[in-house]
Amino acid sequence: MPETLIKPLEDLAIAYEHLKCNEEFLTEYDSLLRDFAGRPTPLYFAKSLSREMGCKIFLKREDLVHGGAHKLNNTLGQALVAKQMGKTRLIAETGAGQHGVATAIVGACLGFKTQVYMGEVDIERQKMNVFRMRLLGAEVIPVKSGSRTLKDAINEALRDWAASYEDTHYLLGTAAGPHPFPIIVRDFQSIIGKETRKQILIAERRLPDSIVACVGGGSNAMGIFAPFLKDETRLIAVEAGGQGIGKTNKIAENGASLCCGTDGVLHGALTRILQDPFGQILESYSIAAGLDYPGVGPELAYLAEIGRVEPQMADDKCALGGFKMLSQLEGIIPALESAHAIGYVLNNPETLGDMAIINVSGRGDKDLATVMAYENI
Amino acid sequence: MKISEAFEHSPLLITYICAGDPSPEATPELITRISKAGADIIELGLPHSDPVADGPTIQAAAQRAIAAGMNTDIYFEVAASAKVAIPKVFMGYYNMIFARGLEKFAFDCASSGISGVIVPDLPPEEAGDLKAACKKYGIDLIFLVAPNTPQSRLEEISNQTSGFVYIVARPGVTGARSDLPDDAKDLIARVPHGIPKAVGFGISTPEQATELINAGADAIIVGSACVELIGKGKLEELEDLIRRMKQAVKMENMRKTLTIC
Repeated sequence: MPETLIKPLEDLAIAYEHLKCNEEFLTEYDSLLRDFAGRPTPLYFAKSLSREMGCKIFLKREDLVHGGAHKLNNTLGQALVAKQMGKTRLIAETGAGQHGVATAIVGACLGFKTQVYMGEVDIERQKMNVFRMRLLGAEVIPVKSGSRTLKDAINEALRDWAASYEDTHYLLGTAAGPHPFPIIVRDFQSIIGKETRKQILIAERRLPDSIVACVGGGSNAMGIFAPFLKDETRLIAVEAGGQGIGKTNKIAENGASLCCGTDGVLHGALTRILQDPFGQILESYSIAAGLDYPGVGPELAYLAEIGRVEPQMADDKCALGGFKMLSQLEGIIPALESAHAIGYVLNNPETLGDMAIINVSGRGDKDLATVMAYENI
Repeated sequence: MKISEAFEHSPLLITYICAGDPSPEATPELITRISKAGADIIELGLPHSDPVADGPTIQAAAQRAIAAGMNTDIYFEVAASAKVAIPKVFMGYYNMIFARGLEKFAFDCASSGISGVIVPDLPPEEAGDLKAACKKYGIDLIFLVAPNTPQSRLEEISNQTSGFVYIVARPGVTGARSDLPDDAKDLIARVPHGIPKAVGFGISTPEQATELINAGADAIIVGSACVELIGKGKLEELEDLIRRMKQAVKMENMRKTLTIC
């Protein structure tokens, strides 16, 4: 990280360490999660899917969180930290637009001026979310540099923050980037795993054999995995297989940094990244904009390296299969991101054991246009 | 030439260009012209896909250079073939160095005549291994300080840096601007004596150079203003800018020493 950002990052780390044990702060966070975000979300037994797969499958319903995805768990937490630090403006990056929407929501709810950086390419494929952010009072700033997707939106937000840190909090949306973001995002998202653990123990009186979550940067995966790290439960991280494992010297055909990447430093973290032999970052690809990132959170990279988390891939086709199957079997339209986890389950039921939980990280309404275009409807 | 030798004749003008912009073949000749026009040190940027410390001008130059085929192998060939008497300093992002391997990188710097290394996204806390590799090959690893760097950290960085300390004149990213925030002058005063102080980020006019030398800077770094002119193919204007900046640096120094006598 550039020297100019060292002090703001350190200040954030100190403020967070202080607040995470502060009862007043936690009470405010909990009440917002309950009354505003709609938590706890259900852990739903998916009857038809279970019958189809020959094992018990539960769905953690993060698609029911206000805003349509798990992203609000983190934005509420960070915005409260920012408020305590006396910041008046929030900036954020967004890929699919879900994190941008979740930031715009907290900006409106807690009274921040909000600006969201979004790649031009993503603005084109997620028009609905762009409109949603503007409706919520946020300004969407198109990013024209580099590959004009999520990684460039992060670059642009970092550049903004280097000049604006005095009154601005950079609300990073995934468990990646420089310290302390991977820790803060994991902690705020771990409400998913904490609830899941309680709910499954009530429903089944035991922990699941496996948990499956999709991975872009890794916030929903770390959120549900974190409270299970010391258990025996198999933790399966499904990355975007995109159109295959091929790559040129500029473009990777997938977003699978754990499966296809190598060690490198991106956005202030040593992790697994998609890069060329000289260290230039490749443009990633996925049908799901939220998984279209050439890096992954450093903690997930570590957990994959020591074998605690099992990285897998689901390609575009497999994700579309999951998208349709969950809609038809269970009456739940998942986000294309979450559909990667479902697609993996459909294709690999033998890896799940007798009981599995899928994290349905978001709902799919935002993706209808993408799917219609893909299917030529 | 070693950086320390150049600073025997301070104050200096340091000029940044992006290697490979407009093409790898054009870069050695460009370095020669810049040196002849009066630059005392040349900072040669290795273009990166994700330059988070750079503004639009240098971002665009990096993209042009990458599109023109620049990579780390070619970078060192270009650096080696630029035969100038002034020190050449590498400037680039850490992942490119990490991908090459720190030891090989330092070796390549030494063999292509590069005497210093600036890595704008590498804080000293993370730089131990690179520092050891640079030391082995006699290369200066130059650290940066910013207006928001706390005093104790600033002193530590000034201790750790070698060659000179790079003073970031303002918050934000690189890019030519005409103002000069008070931050820059305060920061020059806060850096301990004993190591040369070079000021960059948003410096593009002789007036700014005069003011900074007067405030105690030992060198001025001009980047985006030069890169902009190279991007437009205005090489005579580039030489003219360098001559005027150099004159401002030298004149202000003479004025200063005169009043001391």
